[in-house]
Amino acid sequence: MAEQTASGYIQHHLQNLTFGKLPSGDWGFAHTAEQAKEMGFWAFHVDTLGWSVVLGLVFILIFRMAAKRATSGQPSGLQNFVEVLIEFVDSSVKDTFHGRNMLIAPLALTIFVWIFLMNLMDLVPVDFLPVLAQKIAGDEHMFFRVVPTTDPNATLGMALSVFALIIFYSIKVKGIGGFIGELTLHPFGSKNILVQALLIPVNFLLEFVTLVAKPISLALRLFGNMYAGELIFILIAVMFGSGMFLLSTLGVALSWAWAVFHILIITLQAFIFMMLTIVYLSMAHEDNH
Amino acid sequence: MNINATLIGQAVAFFIFVMFCMKYVWPPVITALQERQKKIAEGLDAANRAARDLELAQEKAGQQLREAKTQAAEIIEQAKKRGTQIVDEAREQARVEADRVKAQAQAEIEQEINSVKDALRAQVGALAVGGAEKILGVSIDQNAHAELVSKLAAEI
Repeated sequence: MAEQTASGYIQHHLQNLTFGKLPSGDWGFAHTAEQAKEMGFWAFHVDTLGWSVVLGLVFILIFRMAAKRATSGQPSGLQNFVEVLIEFVDSSVKDTFHGRNMLIAPLALTIFVWIFLMNLMDLVPVDFLPVLAQKIAGDEHMFFRVVPTTDPNATLGMALSVFALIIFYSIKVKGIGGFIGELTLHPFGSKNILVQALLIPVNFLLEFVTLVAKPISLALRLFGNMYAGELIFILIAVMFGSGMFLLSTLGVALSWAWAVFHILIITLQAFIFMMLTIVYLSMAHEDNH
Repeated sequence: MNINATLIGQAVAFFIFVMFCMKYVWPPVITALQERQKKIAEGLDAANRAARDLELAQEKAGQQLREAKTQAAEIIEQAKKRGTQIVDEAREQARVEADRVKAQAQAEIEQEINSVKDALRAQVGALAVGGAEKILGVSIDQNAHAELVSKLAAEI
């Protein structure tokens, strides 16, 4: 760490472990940021995928364990915890979404808990897991990021899944004609057919942007918040690298303070992602044209 | 920070987790929750009913207690009455018995007096006859004067 510059340290922390096609034609891990960039679209961030799958399994296994033991009798510790979460999600869904849909509530629960767990990785000290991974792999320069939600691929992957659901339910509820009508005959309408025909492009432009903005904003909000949060943790961690006692002490205090504040952010972002998903899907179900 | 196929992987993972959650996590827990809700509602209902029953039972018990008290008072009253009656009867019987005993005793006394009187009369007759014999110096024919002597004796 001593020979590293601060900017090098930060950049190293912001680079994913990328697996893809190397210039030589073989598949393998990228060793520099440029290499990773050259891999193009068909490359995978192994750290992002790995951690998100592990955390997803943590969520699934814990909840499955509680679900198996679920009784209508007196609930015990784990069941209590799971029930509180499920009731919270259920009431959130019921407040916003009034149709009958078996998917939305479990979807909202998965989003909330999974994103929360992924965000939670941000509270692990920034160097802890990367250094551990480097020691295990025996490669001191291995890139390793532990917070999947600071990778736009992860947030965009989820947001696009939600977007697909929005379109699926829009068409399922309103039919293709209804969906196209929603995109083109709104917000400006006219009884005169000629005027209406002229208004269609304007309407489409407005509505299409509104539609596309949903997944983009969903993904970028979460990514932006978590990325900024992680960046601040990294900046604070640079203070430890300075080697000065006073600065390191200040770094510890700042890191702690930011972590406390960050607890609020990670929960809030998980909640916002869940809530907006519910709202978007309930809008997709509403047929008011 | 490159956009690449990671997002496809993430979407697939997301899809699988949501499916699993929808099939194996959500239904059992939500069923348990609803069942418990029903149970609690039933429990509260039963508690309400029990409280109402208790109130009714208490009311009934109080009523029965009051009835029992009045009955007991009546019985005591009757018993007292009967008691006085028995005492009165006994007293009456005792009085009758006493009267009878007294009358008997009196009769016996009367009889005794009469028999003594008769004895005395006989003795007085003999004495008078003896006295008269002595005075007259003659023997009096017992038989001739028997009528006279018994007349005398009756006068005593």
